[in-house]
Amino acid sequence: MAETLLEIKDLTHRFGGLTAVSDLNFEIIKDEIVGLIGPNGAGKTTVFNLVSGFYVPSEGDILYKGERINGLKPHEIASRQIGRTFQNIRLWSDMTVLDNIKISQHYRLGYNLMDAFLQTKKYKKHEKMIEADAHELLEEFQLSDLAHEMPKNLPYGIQRRVEIARALSLKPALLMLDEPAAGLSSSDVSELIQYIQWIKENFKLTIWMIEHQMQVIMSLCSRIKVIDFGKELVTGTAEEVRNSPEVIKAYLGDGEI
Amino acid sequence: MTDIPALAKRNSRLPVSTMAILALFALMVGLTMAGVINKYIQSVLMFIGINIIFSASLNIVNGYMGEFSCGHGGFMAVGAYVSSVLSVVLFTENSFTGQPLLPPGSAIFLFPVVIIIGGLVAAVFGLLVAIPSFKTRDDYLAIITIAANFIIVTLINNIGAVGGSRGFMGMKKSLKAMEAVIDLPYMIIWIFIFVVLSIVMIRRLMNSTYGKGISSIRYDETSAEIMSVNTNHMKLVAFMFSSGLAGIAGGLFAHVMGFVNPASFSIFKSTEGLVMVYLGGMGSLSGSVLSAVIFTLMLEALRPLQILKWVLIPLMLILLMQFRPEGLLGNRELSDVFPKLKRIFIRKDSSNG
Repeated sequence: MAETLLEIKDLTHRFGGLTAVSDLNFEIIKDEIVGLIGPNGAGKTTVFNLVSGFYVPSEGDILYKGERINGLKPHEIASRQIGRTFQNIRLWSDMTVLDNIKISQHYRLGYNLMDAFLQTKKYKKHEKMIEADAHELLEEFQLSDLAHEMPKNLPYGIQRRVEIARALSLKPALLMLDEPAAGLSSSDVSELIQYIQWIKENFKLTIWMIEHQMQVIMSLCSRIKVIDFGKELVTGTAEEVRNSPEVIKAYLGDGEI
Repeated sequence: MTDIPALAKRNSRLPVSTMAILALFALMVGLTMAGVINKYIQSVLMFIGINIIFSASLNIVNGYMGEFSCGHGGFMAVGAYVSSVLSVVLFTENSFTGQPLLPPGSAIFLFPVVIIIGGLVAAVFGLLVAIPSFKTRDDYLAIITIAANFIIVTLINNIGAVGGSRGFMGMKKSLKAMEAVIDLPYMIIWIFIFVVLSIVMIRRLMNSTYGKGISSIRYDETSAEIMSVNTNHMKLVAFMFSSGLAGIAGGLFAHVMGFVNPASFSIFKSTEGLVMVYLGGMGSLSGSVLSAVIFTLMLEALRPLQILKWVLIPLMLILLMQFRPEGLLGNRELSDVFPKLKRIFIRKDSSNG
């Protein structure tokens, strides 16, 4: 029996008079890679922002591992181990790569302000653990050499990798990627596909991604949901989605010029 | 930074920096007691110390966290008044309780406690800015900090019991009470200790993963939240810690002067803090220390100009922003500029990030 990791029930979100997401239902099963696609302005990123806690849904529920998470703060949701990246890279570009990874372990610091002031045993033990874990993660991502570089000095493709590594320092069960291929060249894209595949296998993750590059979606996702104007159009396999008349209509118009 | 070999090295080298600090301490106290440095130089040294605490504490918010607080003088006022009133009521004959509440001699132990209580109350007043900062930021928060400064100064202006706008005095008597027990230059001693404590605390906080959560807000608050940093909590810590230290600076200032009035903590005071932070470099602790020294000496040199210094200081800000907006040290530390220092003060190694 497949286990449901994330369940979205009748999710609706309004910005003033505009309904950005309406009555969306979605289940994400453990161990799959699912896609969320749709034309520009369809509400994809809004869905991500709802799940990661930046917006509180107007209606509906979001359940993660059976627990209701809507209404929680983003950092509380992150602490429940949902990792996420952004459409435009949002690293702390003036802090070292290592610091980027370390700070992302705030959810399990294990010491408080007084421990930091007094540099207690507890502080030293946890700092050492955080440091060691950060190095281990960088090692796995082959980023060890860049540990003391500032992300702002790194090429775009590497920044993407650092951002994904940073999301993984939350030790997430669910990784949400918002357009990971945005701004990458076509050779970088095929590398990214292998990379995401490798992350999924290596870290035993469930991945949910928004993507415009059909090559990425079609070669990775077992299921794809297409939305437009905040509403669901189709959910199905790559093949089903490709041949769906609704999808073609949403992307290309209905043929009447 | 905290990998194991570095830790081992750090421990074996720590005494060098500690010894340097102790030597400086002994030198200052010794010279003062021997009467080698006169009262004027003593007071300049003490103002340097107070300004170091003031600018380093403001740097937590304006430098490390990247918010723009321009009402820091208000928190200094809270610390100054709370500790002054406490010290007068506890250790001297006064108009509130008549006789001192405690034997005046106990001041030699309780003086630092009084200063710390002033800091703690100032930290609570920090909430005045910390709570709005959850929802507001940048320019809007800056306006709130100015408002907080005005609220505090106006409140004190209107509390008749502490003298209102005429000010409050009597703190010299608590110092006299201390000197009656053992004759030591107490203010120099305590300012030195509080400066060292403040710097150690700020550095330990900002070098910890916990404290780096404060800097992560400066670079991208959204990703801080998404990466599990409780940004509201970090803001609370930053604002309260920063105002608490300003309160301590205020308490020390009040006892050096022996007199406080609300006008000393107006927006002018806050501006001095800003000049020091931006002169030294945002997010650079050694920059704050350096600029506090330079700025205090400069103020002394400009003393003959009187009110004209308020043309020169803002002018300096303008020139600074035009030609070196990152300040003297940028966001580096002295040890990054002079790597040799690292060998002595090895713990300054990790940059503020």
